[in-house]
Amino acid sequence: MASVRKQAKSMKLFDQSLVSTALKHSFTKLNPKLMVKNPVMFTVEIGTAVMLIVCAWILTGEHSQGSFAYNFIIFLVLLLTLLFANFAEAIAEARGKAQAESLRKTREETPAKLVQPLGELRTDEIKVVSSSQLKKGDIFVCETGDTIPLDGEIVEGIATIDESAITGESAPVIREAGGDKSSVTGGTKVLSDKIKVKVTVQPGESFLDKMIALVEGASRQKTPNEIALTILLAAFTLVFIIVCVTLKPFADYSKTPITIAAFISLFVCLIPTTIGGLLSAIGIAGMDRALRANVITKSGKAVETAGDVDVLLLDKTGTITIGNRKATHFYPVNGVDAEKFMADCVLSSLSDETPEGKSIVELAKSLGGKTQPTDALLKDARFVKFTAETRSSGIDLSSGIRIRKGAFDSIKKIALDAGNSFPAETETKIREISSNGGTPLVVSENEKVIGVIELQDIIKPGISERFERLRKMGVKTVMVTGDNPLTAKYIAEKAGVDDFIAEAKPEDKMNYIKKEQQSGKLVAMMGDGTNDAPALAQADVGVAMNSGTQAAKEAGNMVDLDNDPTKLIEIVEIGKQLLITRGTLTTFSIANDVAKYFAIVPALFISSIPVLQGLNIMHLHSPESAILSAVIFNAIIIPVLIPLALRGVEYKPIGASALLRRNLMIYGLGGILIPFLGIKLIDLAAGIFF
Amino acid sequence: MKTELLGVIASFLITLAIAIPLGKYIAKVFKKEKNLLDFMGPLERFIFRICGIDTTREMNWKQHVGALLSLNLLWFVYAFVMFLIQGSLFLNPDGNPSMSPHLSFNTAVSFLVNCNLQDYSGETGVTYLTQLVVLMFLHFMSAATGIAALVVVFKAMQDKVTDKLGNFFEYFVKSITRILLPISLLIAILLVFHGTPASFDGKDMVITMQGDTSHVSRGPAAGMIAIKHLGTNGGGWFGANSAHPLENPDYFTNMVEIIAQCIIPFALVFALGYYLNRKRMGLVIFSVMTLGMLCFLLPTMHAEMKGNPAIAHMGIDQSSGSMEGKEQRFGAPATAYWSILTTVISTGSVNSMHDSSMPVSGAMQMLGMMTNCFYGGNGVGILNYYIFIIIAVFISGLMVGRTPELLGRKIEAKEMKIATLIALLHPLLILSFTALSSWVITKNPTLPWLNNTGYHGFSEMLYQYTSCSANNGSGFEGLGDNTPFWNITAGFVMILGRFLPIIGPLAIAGILAKKKFIPESAGTLRTDTGTFGIMTFAVIMILAALAFFPALTLGPLAEYFSFH
Repeated sequence: MASVRKQAKSMKLFDQSLVSTALKHSFTKLNPKLMVKNPVMFTVEIGTAVMLIVCAWILTGEHSQGSFAYNFIIFLVLLLTLLFANFAEAIAEARGKAQAESLRKTREETPAKLVQPLGELRTDEIKVVSSSQLKKGDIFVCETGDTIPLDGEIVEGIATIDESAITGESAPVIREAGGDKSSVTGGTKVLSDKIKVKVTVQPGESFLDKMIALVEGASRQKTPNEIALTILLAAFTLVFIIVCVTLKPFADYSKTPITIAAFISLFVCLIPTTIGGLLSAIGIAGMDRALRANVITKSGKAVETAGDVDVLLLDKTGTITIGNRKATHFYPVNGVDAEKFMADCVLSSLSDETPEGKSIVELAKSLGGKTQPTDALLKDARFVKFTAETRSSGIDLSSGIRIRKGAFDSIKKIALDAGNSFPAETETKIREISSNGGTPLVVSENEKVIGVIELQDIIKPGISERFERLRKMGVKTVMVTGDNPLTAKYIAEKAGVDDFIAEAKPEDKMNYIKKEQQSGKLVAMMGDGTNDAPALAQADVGVAMNSGTQAAKEAGNMVDLDNDPTKLIEIVEIGKQLLITRGTLTTFSIANDVAKYFAIVPALFISSIPVLQGLNIMHLHSPESAILSAVIFNAIIIPVLIPLALRGVEYKPIGASALLRRNLMIYGLGGILIPFLGIKLIDLAAGIFF
Repeated sequence: MKTELLGVIASFLITLAIAIPLGKYIAKVFKKEKNLLDFMGPLERFIFRICGIDTTREMNWKQHVGALLSLNLLWFVYAFVMFLIQGSLFLNPDGNPSMSPHLSFNTAVSFLVNCNLQDYSGETGVTYLTQLVVLMFLHFMSAATGIAALVVVFKAMQDKVTDKLGNFFEYFVKSITRILLPISLLIAILLVFHGTPASFDGKDMVITMQGDTSHVSRGPAAGMIAIKHLGTNGGGWFGANSAHPLENPDYFTNMVEIIAQCIIPFALVFALGYYLNRKRMGLVIFSVMTLGMLCFLLPTMHAEMKGNPAIAHMGIDQSSGSMEGKEQRFGAPATAYWSILTTVISTGSVNSMHDSSMPVSGAMQMLGMMTNCFYGGNGVGILNYYIFIIIAVFISGLMVGRTPELLGRKIEAKEMKIATLIALLHPLLILSFTALSSWVITKNPTLPWLNNTGYHGFSEMLYQYTSCSANNGSGFEGLGDNTPFWNITAGFVMILGRFLPIIGPLAIAGILAKKKFIPESAGTLRTDTGTFGIMTFAVIMILAALAFFPALTLGPLAEYFSFH
């Protein structure tokens, strides 16, 4: 299911319309005011401007700088380098924007049924306005068939809602006022019933709007890691400024005239333009990948931090196990007829709406038991609801039979209070069930224990492989559950999580997170309820479910539109991928310089120091063709690597050292060798003309 | 030839055999564990008492830097004044004159910063008094400064989150009393027994076999020669340094001296492993450093043993290697070994004239100083290497998808800023000052600076500033460097090239020590693996190659190609 959805959502890397917008932006981004934010490319822009001046100078009759054609080509190639870099950023932005736009489109200009405020009181008078006119705090009504105009919280009513526009999930979900499932998202559709919704965001401030702004670069702040990398790249640029500036007196000493074109080409080739040109595209693409996974991030930093996560807190229910516990066995006490026991269990669960209750009826049905008791039997029957106090539920039949089912200790108390003994065999059975990770439900009839129902958690298929993958990434998984420690331990072992918090109260999560953080770990968690909010805020990466309360969404730094608790695993990989892509392309960019040196340096001096032909190990045709080839290679490599920057370098959980070795071989060694080949090939063509 | 090669291998192995236990011992000294020289305790306590040093007062990194700089400033003033007035002071049997202010500035700086560029000649430029109480004194001080600074970084690299990094003066004094003083005493005794003078008498007079009368300088030299090597200083007693027959009389003393200059740089790497209980890390760093050294040594050995093709072309036998500028008693291989070790380590003492080395060797010697962290000088070598580790950790951290961390501390923008600035400084100083001197000589071709024109002349200037910035002190002696221009510019390069690369690592280590400690997990990139070692090696080599390739092309590479 998930993969089908993803396929449908993934667009072609270079969509026609995106490319044309990106091309346009490549030119507008040449504005020096924008370029100066990227020190590496800004210096290239200065170089390009100088080359333009040199071209003009030659036209006025200057002869010392070589032919006009040669200088003009250098100028064009430098301009192309800039445009390629801008294009990389523009296409990444366009893709992210298109993705976000497709989500936003659904809710733009939706008619909203605004409940008119009238003084302090609200009347039921409804006025239809455009969604863009809604303000925070307004209340609107949605009925069957309406599209919800804006994010909000249900204040009244319950409704089934189709969220497929956002999540791609076609099954409708139920949202109701109060509790943890009160939040609705703009763009989704009400399928039944009527709800009153209070707007919780200002127009233009919803998560999606924030996300779009992030991708567009308006509010994109560099992440700490990006800043550190920019410093490194700036340092490399500085080294090469020093190298190129000092080369002038060196060359003068050696009586070797060097043209301005050669100086600028050398400089542009040496500075890390490849990574410099792709850096922001990589960052945007990272957020875009998160969005494609249906995760909205509030900042680029959150994605990056996700890659560093050491500890992952996961709720048991829904994440590790499928939904809720299911009844798996009936164990009547010796002397009680199995058929009768099953019938009693069904009776006690008939009006029990909890998933456990339903599963008892289902199990009885599958075992061929009677699940439809006669009306006579049920006549005047009284259902006893579960309360936290009694911790049991059941039925009182008109015939005077009282059936109860509940937790071990509550039924034991009922039995003992009535003066009945608690059968030893039942106690043994209970222990056996608990130690197998099951939950025992004791059943009594007229205060006499008649048997035990075993409830079991069903562990999601494939989940232990995902935990294994996380373990290889160095992420510790922690299961949070309300179960008793014995059950929790069993499930933890079976699912393959590293640790668990049993009988967890909301503050336990918080304390666990704080404890881990104190020892220097980064913690990620996923939550939905209001009581998760403090923990979500405390966690380094807090992912709130879209179905969760507004408070939870505010507290976290990501929102998962799919409400899929295993999404954290994907988020961690996206974060790692982001860093890896930056690191490998930096390495590649710098390793490229070796070959470029061997192309350009001999070319610079060969006319006055012919012996340096020995350094021309690529046997390039002429100094001009050598310099041109290097500059052309330097420009072309940027668009060639755009797909890699956008898709991200693959992350493999093979351990840090092995991964380093692998990436060093591919991008380090490859980065040294590839340009030798590339420059030589370009020279074969350029050598025809120069 | 084969025996000569064995001599080189033996030199290296003996150094290693001494360095490993020495490293363990050094770690013990600074961890305040029981050790062999605990009997020095009373002497140290006496020094602390009369100096009013409270060793229990721990300093943060800024206070360490403050202590280091103020001590050094004091000695600079002392040395500068002493050289200016030495001619009129006692212990001057040869009647040598006082120095000019610019030479005095250069000499004071050069010995203060462990560089020991000698723009004077020992026989005529200084007196016995200044040799002993200024130059030899500074040999100890500058070596101890480097070791003490390194110990601060060791302390900061521990797991504990703290800004208390021990007491600088304690590290400093113990570097002398527990390491430098006892070992140099042993070395001096060995040298004396092999003919190095240790006398307060003035010049001796000999009648040569041709019947000429010759005056031979001597003096209390053995002690200074011992510490000049042990402290990776390099500033010798005599002008010709360890090529002088009294400074380095025979093959045995040659071996003693080359071993002496390597043991502390080697040992400190192992000390790092023992101190931090990360022996593997020490081993990996040592292996990378050795790999780097071999990258320079092997081409040099090859070039020197093959001889000079230009001379071979004239029909002169080159089977014993290129012997121009070398001493017969050492031979080509041992000289090649010395010339590389003395440049990768910042000693800069010479047993041959580097100016006469083959072009490839010249390039390798310069690269040894350009990288300046394969072993490196006492303490400072590892500090330089530390900067490259930071950069390597950063890049490789990204490559494995994790915010980079070193020994449990995250490397962030601030540390990167310092690390890149320090990494930049070395090429900046070397290239910009070489550019300046190239510009001056191009404008004034009549200046009597260069013994050689063309590529070799360029190499002489490049070598000089490289040597200054690396605090090495060796020279392509063809350069006429006792002029105000060279004395003053070189002086500034030496100061910047010394103190900034000490302050930088101290600052980074101090900042990191205060950061939250993150225990290792399966996702942590380990810094004690071969893979990470190779990564660091690649960062060092590529940075050096990228920064210096054009300059080396115009100097030694052009010379090399014109030979072949």
